[in-house]
Order: sequence, then C-alpha cells, then structure tokens
Amino acid sequence: MVTLLVFRTMKRLNLCKLLLDKYVVLNLKSYRSVGFDVLSSRTSHVVADRLNGIQENVWVELIELAKEVKPVNLGQGFPDFAAPEFITKALRDALKQPDIFLNQYTRSYGHPRLVNALSKLYSKLLCRELDPLNEILVTIGADEAIYCTIMALVNPGDEVIIIEPFFDIYEPVTKMAGGIPVFVPLRPKKTHGPISSADWVLDPKELASKFTNKTKMIIVNTPNNPLGKVFTRSELEMIAELCKKHNVICVMDEVYEWLVFKGSEHIRMATLPGMWERTLTIGSAGKTFSITGWKIGWLYGPRELTKFPQLLHENCISSCATPLQEAIAVGLEIENEHMGTPESYWRDLVDTLEPKRDRMAKFLTTVGMAPTVPEGGYFMMADVSEIASKIDLDAETGMKDYRFVKWLCRNKKLQGIPISAFYCNEHRNLGENFIRFCFCKEETTLEKAEQIIMDLKNSLL
Amino acid sequence: MIFQIECDRVLTPLCYITHNTLQLLLHLDFDSLKLPFFNLHRGSKESSRTSHVAADRLKGMQESVWVEFIRLAQEVKPVNLGQGFPDFAAPEFVTKALSDAVTGPNVLLNQYTRGFGHLRLVNALSKLYSKLLGRELDPLTEILVTVGAYEALYCTIMALVNPGDEVIIIEPFFDCYEPMTKMAGGIPVFVPLRPKKTHGPISSADWVLDPKEFASKFTNKTKMIIVNTPHNPLGKVFTRSELEMIAELCKKHNVICVMDEVYEWLVFKGSEHIRMATLPGMWERTITVGSAGKTFSVTGWKLGWLYGPHELTRPAQLLHQNCVYTCATPIQEAVAVGFEIEMERMGTPDSYWQDLIETLEPKRDRMAKFLTTVGMAPTVPEGGYFMIADFSEIGSKVNLDSEQGTKDYRFVKWLSRNKKLQGIPPSAFYCNEHKNLGEDYIRFCFFKEETTLEKAEKIIVDLKKSLT
Repeated sequence: MVTLLVFRTMKRLNLCKLLLDKYVVLNLKSYRSVGFDVLSSRTSHVVADRLNGIQENVWVELIELAKEVKPVNLGQGFPDFAAPEFITKALRDALKQPDIFLNQYTRSYGHPRLVNALSKLYSKLLCRELDPLNEILVTIGADEAIYCTIMALVNPGDEVIIIEPFFDIYEPVTKMAGGIPVFVPLRPKKTHGPISSADWVLDPKELASKFTNKTKMIIVNTPNNPLGKVFTRSELEMIAELCKKHNVICVMDEVYEWLVFKGSEHIRMATLPGMWERTLTIGSAGKTFSITGWKIGWLYGPRELTKFPQLLHENCISSCATPLQEAIAVGLEIENEHMGTPESYWRDLVDTLEPKRDRMAKFLTTVGMAPTVPEGGYFMMADVSEIASKIDLDAETGMKDYRFVKWLCRNKKLQGIPISAFYCNEHRNLGENFIRFCFCKEETTLEKAEQIIMDLKNSLL
Repeated sequence: MIFQIECDRVLTPLCYITHNTLQLLLHLDFDSLKLPFFNLHRGSKESSRTSHVAADRLKGMQESVWVEFIRLAQEVKPVNLGQGFPDFAAPEFVTKALSDAVTGPNVLLNQYTRGFGHLRLVNALSKLYSKLLGRELDPLTEILVTVGAYEALYCTIMALVNPGDEVIIIEPFFDCYEPMTKMAGGIPVFVPLRPKKTHGPISSADWVLDPKEFASKFTNKTKMIIVNTPHNPLGKVFTRSELEMIAELCKKHNVICVMDEVYEWLVFKGSEHIRMATLPGMWERTITVGSAGKTFSVTGWKLGWLYGPHELTRPAQLLHQNCVYTCATPIQEAVAVGFEIEMERMGTPDSYWQDLIETLEPKRDRMAKFLTTVGMAPTVPEGGYFMIADFSEIGSKVNLDSEQGTKDYRFVKWLSRNKKLQGIPPSAFYCNEHKNLGEDYIRFCFFKEETTLEKAEKIIVDLKKSLT
C-alpha cells in the first residue's frame, strides 16, 4: 500500500519518473551512482539534477560562428550604433560625483533613486500608486527578473503556459524550477500576401485547453520577440479571463514596451480589471535606452507577489550595480519629463526604427523571403522556404532553419537567428521555415544586408 | 484522504527523493508528516492564493541581516562601521576606465557581451591567476564571470548541490552560504572555529577548527565544503597546514571544495594567502571565487568570478546562462583594464593592492587599540577589513531590555540608537543552534576614513567613561 502511495504520487510528476524507474523498478543498468559510491568517478555525480537537459543556448553557437566568419550581423538583438548620450553621460557623471557611495553597495531590491523614478513613471502609466519599496524589484536585466519570478513562484509539478514562439530562457528556467512547460503556438492566420505580426494569433479553444488545475503561471511577451506582435486589448482580455478563472499568475514580459509602431498601442495587462493582483510585469533598461550591455531590468506587481522574487533575488544576486542604476534613474527622470513631446528619446527611437523596419520588409519581400511585418520591437521574421529550396544546404547540420542560417552566414556573410530555437522540441517544425533578423542597426549595416540579399536572389535566378 | 497527497509541500520532498528519503517514506513515519500540509490543495479555488503562491525553495527564507541593519542605519544615521565597504573614493584608475568604456568610440561596449565573461576580462583573469596558480588557466572554459562573488557562490551551489546533499559550512560564515544551500535543497552542516585562548591579545589565527570535530562532519552524503579565507568576519587567514587538513578530508570523502577568497589581496604582514587550488590533488575538486568589489574597492559594481576545472565550472556556467545570462559589459571592460594595470605593477611600490594593505594595517591597529582600551576584547585580523570584538564586559553594564533578539543583536541596535555607532551582530553568521557562540561579539569594519574611525573611537571611549 505504501509503495502504491509513493508510486501513484510520483507517477504524476515527470521529474520523478526518471528516479522512480531507478528506485522502484530497480533497473540496475540505468542505476546512476548518485552519491552512493564514493569510489565512483566524480564527474558522473557532480552536477545537480536541476541542470538535467539544460544545454548551451542558441546564442552561444551562433556567436562562435559570427566570431569566425565576421558576417553582417543581424542576429542578436542589439543596436550597432551608439547608446544615447544622455545616459552614458549620466554614468560618467555618477562616477565623478562627490557621492562616493555610488561605487558601493546599494539597496538590495533596487537603488532608491531608481525605484523612485520607476514608481513615478509606472504610477502614471498604470494609473495607480506604485510603491517603490514593496512593489518593485530591480534585477540583472529582464533575464534575472524572469529567473527570480519563476524560481520564486513555481514548484515542481506546477504547469507554466508558454506562448510560442518564445524567448528562449522561459523553457529552461521553468524546468530548472521543476515546473512543466505547456506550449501553445501563435499561428499565422494567412499564408499569402503581406503578413503583419497582428496576423499571428492564438486559437482561443486551443489556449483554453492548456489551462488545467496544475497551471500556476502563464508567460506573455508583448511586444513579442521574435514576431513583433503587439497583443490587442481583446487578446489580453481573453488571456485575463482564463487567468482569473483558473487562478493563474500572469507574467508579462514587456521589455519592448516603448517600441511600438504607428497603428498599434502597448497595453499593460496589469491595468486590466482584476489583473493587478495576479500580474508581474517585467521591463528592461537595456531595451529602454539601447544599452543591452548594462544588464539592468525590473519587475513590478502587487506586494503579495513581488515579495517572493525579492527574497530570491536577495539570496541569489544580493544587489545590482549602483552606478548603473543611478545613471538609469537619471535617464528615466529625463524621459519622464520628455514623454509625449518631440524631445522624447522613445519617440525618436520609434521614428528611427519604423523606416528601418519598412526598408527591411521591402527588400525581403523583393527576394521572396516573406516577412512578417512587426507592430513593435526590433525583430522581423521572414519565411525562407522558397529561397531555401533553391539552395543546397547539405553541408550544414540541424533543422532546416538552422542549416539555412549557418549557410547564409558562412557563404553570404549575413547572420540571422533560426526561429525553431523559439519553439519546444515537439513544435520545432512550426519554426523551421523562418529566420529572424534584427533591424535596430545602422543604415550602412542594413544597406550591406540588402546588397547581400539582392545578390543572393540574382545568383539563384 | 491521506493517500490523495497532491499538495506542494509533500510533493516537493517526494520529487527530490533521495536514497534516505525513500527509506523514510517506505517506513511511513506518519508522525513526521505534518498534517497542515494536506490542506494546501492547489486545485481548490477556495484556498487563498497567497498561501500557496511561493515556491517551496523559499521556505524558511527571511530578510537578511543586511536589510534590517541598512534600514536602521538609514533611520538613525550613525557612524557606520557595519556593512563592509569603504567610505572613501574608489581608485581613480578603475572609475576612469568605466567612464572611458561607456563614452568611448567602441559603441559595442554598451551592448551584450559573451555570456560566460567578457573576453578582455577573462583573458586578464587567466593571465593573473595562471601566474598565481602555477598552471595555465583556460579563459573560456575554466573561468566564469558573475554578478559579484554572491552570484558565483549561488551558481556553484545551485549547479552542484542536489536535495539531500550535505554542505559543510565553517562558522562564523558569510550569511548567504546557508540560505543558498537550503534553496538548492542541500543540508548545511555547521562546524565552528573556536578561539583557543580567552585572555590576552587574540589574533584571528587563534580561532581554529577542532580536527576531530571537523572530521566527524564528513559523511557519505557530504557533497561540498565552503571555506572562506581570508575570513569574514574573523579575518583569519587559513595556514597551509589548516588547508591541508581540509584537503585531506575532501580527497578522502570525494568532496568539492568551494573557496571563497574575495579578500585574497588583503593580507597583512606576517600572513600569506594560500590558494587551495594549488594544493596537491585539489585543483580537480576546487572552485575558487573572487570579487572585483573587494579587489578594487568598488563593492557597488557587483562583479565577481569563479575559476576551476571545466568539469566543475561548466555546470556553474550553464546555471549562470539561465539566471542572468551575462554580466554588464562596460563594468567588465573597466575591471579588465584595472587588472591589466595592476598586473604590471604587482609587487612594486606602485601596486594598488600594496597601497591598500599599507592603508588598512594602521587602521586595523588603531581600532584594535581603542577597543582594547575600553575592555572590548578584539580579535586582531590577519586579513580582510573586519574586526570582531567581545563586548560582554561592557554589555553587562548596559540595559539592553528595550531591544530584541540575541544579545549581540540587542547590543548592536542599542549602540546604534543610543550612541550612534553601528556594527553588525556576528550571531547572524552562525546557524540557529550555535547562535550563542556569536552573541558576545560585535563586528566592525575598519575600511573607513580616518575621520570616521576618530568619531568611532570617541564614541567608544565616551561610552566607557559613562559606565565607570
């Protein structure tokens, strides 16, 4: 009876299945010498189980390739032009200031000047007073905000709904927390003619079917990477209804919140009725001020939720870099004043990026790489199946999109990112016809890319 | 029904089942299964969300000692000898390097860099440590750059400790070792350093491990031991023979040795910092942690690193990749520049590290002197920039009833509120069962301006006078 108890309970948990096979079924061949045999080779039992199945991410392999080949790099998402001067100047000033404490430890949950600036900014946008001390956490980029949120709230066996294509860290961090990722894809509702990111939608029935009594959390990225989709109010309402019905925490990755093009509007889930109390929203200074290398982000939400990632952060990182936080605070104070005016950096960024987006969409279309024109963010996905079918990709390995990306890099010196990396194993086929390009680049970079693409097309005629 | 166990807190131990836990369950020790667990059924819509919101790995975690005392300091504004950072300017050659990095012509220094460490920095670390270790350190596979030594410790522990693994922690310990071990599901096993004398001048060298007691802590479940040298808060610099004793046990029991060596450059005359990774048979089982914050007096830059054999650094690299992904580029660039400069002048009178020691040593001696004068028996540190002192004589003459907590917590709060001088209570650096070992002490940081130390001295001397 006892064995049945253990057996039945453990069967419910994928994480335990492996162990169950070893203990109860006593399959000696697969019996790992985990900690039992001190004479066993150290390496075989060194690594913690939470890293099972975790590998180097897609970026590492492609960064290595880029170093070797030195292509025109439209791969990883960062600008190749200078960061705005008002921010870099703010850091330089922070370092020269008489306040020498700007080079020493600051408050764990966020430097006071920065959390105050975030509170002021978001209180306005959320139409509610955001408590800078209890409702905000400053993190090492949005990456750490996601890590702390998932690790602080997800227990082994909890299900986490992830919308595909997804930013790649959602899955491994969910697994590290012992959670079970449940995937649901956005699909294009048209296959011909110009496609906008708005055309990529969730199937309402399919989405609803993913919510079970084990669902703890859903992660929604808007504006979306890699699609550039800006979820509409009614799409967010559909998600909100399911969250409320199933008592699910909603994690909103809104790092591209300021990069929304004409015709679209960024809507914050935290402002929807009944959602403040169950939503954690993540932001990024890197995307906000084009300083991805500063690695400062934040999350905000009700105290009942933020206190847990705060506690995890305190025991993981302790605190973020003081001078960087000071400079970003200055940047936010300046932007707060300029918001909605012609001086606004964010407006300038959107005005700069929109023509780049249109330019890229145009040259991709010309060569038969059907782009999905993004409503926000600075990535563009394109369907490469037509062009790829005319090329011999046999020299490369992996899924079709990986092979095309590597071939394009090695042979044409143009780098993108393969989209199947943003899908779970079972759904990789949904991404294998696509490549992602970043258009947050200098005009000269985009010209070179355009030239390469045009030459490629000409060579295939 | 007892068999419909679906709630989180029972599933968690089942999930992370180990050999011994399975045995426990098979014997069904029902008394040890706490009944309230069974009410937290996640599927119940009536249950309050908050009660089952947090992940179990946060169980028992509380705000750290720092949060409480930073708050107190902000309220009282005392002469602050509490948290460990200097109250004078960071060295200009590093702050200038950061300023140059963000405003210079290389625009990519403000964008993402290599996840496991910015190339210029890992190359500098490799060059430096290869020399010091007497072996070639591979910059790409044997080094990981982290968000301070804190994240290095976090990644090491989370990447290598499984639920049920024992981790030996030497007390007094830097406070994060315990919660990090618990978050990984590990079992902390504590063993204290004890002063071998109680009268006369005490040095941190007088705080020692009892070899038998120490050896008894190693079991077949021991995965890791964490050793901090130079030590915080004692300032102890472990001798070669002390490290050899630890090494022998690590080798005998096949244990990973995590060396927290953040104060490696701050060793006073008469002592020598020895790297465990250089001891015979220890390279392959040792991860060593370092800190730019302590190296260049820029604690607020939050940059650190770890190095070791690829078999051990690789899991830490993977965990880091999924936790923060990469560290701040301009800060890494500036720290690399700092190292390049320091490496040129290491061992010469121009060395920043040499200058730091020469600045700190008299401060240490000054503090030891005024504490002794007032009957607060200090442990004079051989390294680092902290000093602990036994305040029990003075503490017995003061009414601490208005404060709460263990004796040292009460004394520290009383001293801060009433005399506007702040220290840190060392019982924070002991496990619950051993807090009594720390409750007669207070920790002061002497890495402060002369004016700060003068004010502290005055407060202490006035305190003594008021009690005579």
